Amino acid sequence: MTESVLWISLASVLQAAAPIILAVLGETISERAGVLNLSMNGMILLAAMGSFAVTIGTGSVALGFLSGALIGASVAAVVSFASLGLGQSQVATGFVLAILCRDLAYFLGSPVMGLPGPRLPLLPVPFLKDIPALGTLFFTQDPATYASFILIPGLWFFVFRTQPGLMLRGIGESPAAAYVRGVKVKRLRYLYAILGGALAGLAGPVYSLSVKAGWKGSISGLDGIGWIALAITIFGGWHPVRAALGAYLFAFLQWLGLVLQPLLPGVPAQVLQVAPFPLMILTLLLVNIGKTEWMERLLAGLPAGMRQGVKKVITIMNATPPAALGKNFDEE
Amino acid sequence: MATGKKNPLPPRGIEAGTHRPESPQDFVPRIGRGKESAKRTIDALFGLGAVISALAVTSLVLLATGTSPVSAFSNIIAGSIGGKTIQDVLVAWVPLALAAAGLLYTFTAGLWNIGIEGQIVLGGIATTWAMRAMQETGWSPWIILVLAILAGAAGGSLWALLAGILKTFGGVNEIFGGLGLNFVATALNLWLIFGPWKRPGIASMSGTLPFPESMWMPTITPQSRLALIPVALAIIAFIITGLLLSGSYFGLRLKAVGKNPRSSYILGIPTWQHMTGAFALCGALAGIAGAMQVTSVYHRLIPSISSGYGYLALMVAMLASCRVIPSMLVAFFFASLAVGSIQLPIVLKLDSSLAGVIQGTLVLAVVLAEGVKRKFLAKKKAGL
Repeated sequence: MTESVLWISLASVLQAAAPIILAVLGETISERAGVLNLSMNGMILLAAMGSFAVTIGTGSVALGFLSGALIGASVAAVVSFASLGLGQSQVATGFVLAILCRDLAYFLGSPVMGLPGPRLPLLPVPFLKDIPALGTLFFTQDPATYASFILIPGLWFFVFRTQPGLMLRGIGESPAAAYVRGVKVKRLRYLYAILGGALAGLAGPVYSLSVKAGWKGSISGLDGIGWIALAITIFGGWHPVRAALGAYLFAFLQWLGLVLQPLLPGVPAQVLQVAPFPLMILTLLLVNIGKTEWMERLLAGLPAGMRQGVKKVITIMNATPPAALGKNFDEE
Repeated sequence: MATGKKNPLPPRGIEAGTHRPESPQDFVPRIGRGKESAKRTIDALFGLGAVISALAVTSLVLLATGTSPVSAFSNIIAGSIGGKTIQDVLVAWVPLALAAAGLLYTFTAGLWNIGIEGQIVLGGIATTWAMRAMQETGWSPWIILVLAILAGAAGGSLWALLAGILKTFGGVNEIFGGLGLNFVATALNLWLIFGPWKRPGIASMSGTLPFPESMWMPTITPQSRLALIPVALAIIAFIITGLLLSGSYFGLRLKAVGKNPRSSYILGIPTWQHMTGAFALCGALAGIAGAMQVTSVYHRLIPSISSGYGYLALMVAMLASCRVIPSMLVAFFFASLAVGSIQLPIVLKLDSSLAGVIQGTLVLAVVLAEGVKRKFLAKKKAGL
């Protein structure tokens, strides 16, 4: 009995990770193309509110999801227009949009705040759902979670095994070389930034129509998710599979925080909820430290055998961003 | 380490006010004003265009919710500078102005100190710690207040140094390091309020036990919330920042580091020292902002001690293009908006986040207008 409870809670961890995975994969696509979309936090809130309002207004969950994707795409369009079209800083535009969209979500969302709304139903896969443990974990989920399962290998295949995926990596890594080879760098950057935004925007409806169904304004508990998604994108080293692992790790740690809560009565709930953040800083440190000058010097001083071992660990942890990330490219 | 040759003079070729429009990937701070009047007219026209389009967009948002923009805007004005609440505007201006002054250092050094929110929190925590340690010693309240504010500055500074060290020695981007540290600071604050520093009896969201009234920062009248010392401190912070940034070698080198860290390093400017220095100075001012909230506004530590002032200050510095006097004025304007919208939920049944919508739209419009202006000028140049 207790065993099945454990599987059900772990299944809920997979579900809680689904919106983070959508956001992280969306950001990964955008950053692979060289566009840093810093607006994630506000954009997810606005998409969550907007899709909830649309679903209540029209009664259609599908239209809700569509509006979430549209909101994500339009915010990404503003970021990419400001940088690709007007030559402004991606960090500046993204940061302002992160704050603006959050306030916009709270302001426009106050009429629908606290209203009852639909929730995505679980769709158990026939036969497969009866497999012990695995059936509960992977085959008794809602459609959004299934989509997140399929997206991870799908995006990996697209980025690393297809011709357009190669081009995507090219425009983020070395736009000049891609341009010389006849790739329309700017147009593709717009395309992937907006596609990535639409994908990340879906995280909003997945929250407001499934994981944390409803819209509760500033106490929805969604503020901060977008910043986490940005950090996980780095942790994921711009690699879809590693990024997804980061999202699962984060969701697992948050769940662990809730489980440990009764065991540590002196610690308020909010403290355990932020437990993943120091870990996030630590991982960012581990991901980046191998590249710093003093680390290289330190390594050079180590005995040869030890150096090999340490280097191997650092190489595994290491993640190099797309070389042209955040930089604008002038086609002239 | 990494100092290279000692070079007491700033390198040639790096002067105030020169900025490279071809490197827009960094948010380029501009200190110093353009001289030609034609340029000034164009600047003013684009600025005006940005403000008008921001107002138009906000009006559309208001109309979408079925509110008359005129009544919303006039309510905000009446609720801020229009009435007795002008004192509340100044109370809100102090932390915003202190944080914005701090950000002038980090922006000049080319750094995005998003961790400023946590630095304000740590300032509040350190101040509360110092007050708690000293409130029963029987020392003069003035000595206690001065020491507590210094503790706040140190707390904020240390938290900023953490982000700075992560950036310079750990290779962790200051945006993500800072964001992570913000969440950690909030958690630390909550843990202290609900744990070691909880009120006798029951811990609550209303914060720690208030300090004895004799140790509150004196206000202008017993009923008022406004104290003059914080206002004076914020003004002094701006004066010192202005002098340091535009009248000293330190400011000049900081600008060089901000424009191009690599060539500054090659030219012999101790690069990482200047970066961490900018972090430390910014953190100290943010810490003082937190100290002001604790000693003169709330008289205790509360869970939302930073109240988003750090993020708002980032917007202030961006809107003011990192210039000193405009930053002071923009901070005042933003504080008026925030205070003016407090009564919106009661009067017009609107969410008070309208202030944030107006501020955000305004900054976004200015960023976009700056880009359009650059395009326009480039085209004009090409046409000549």
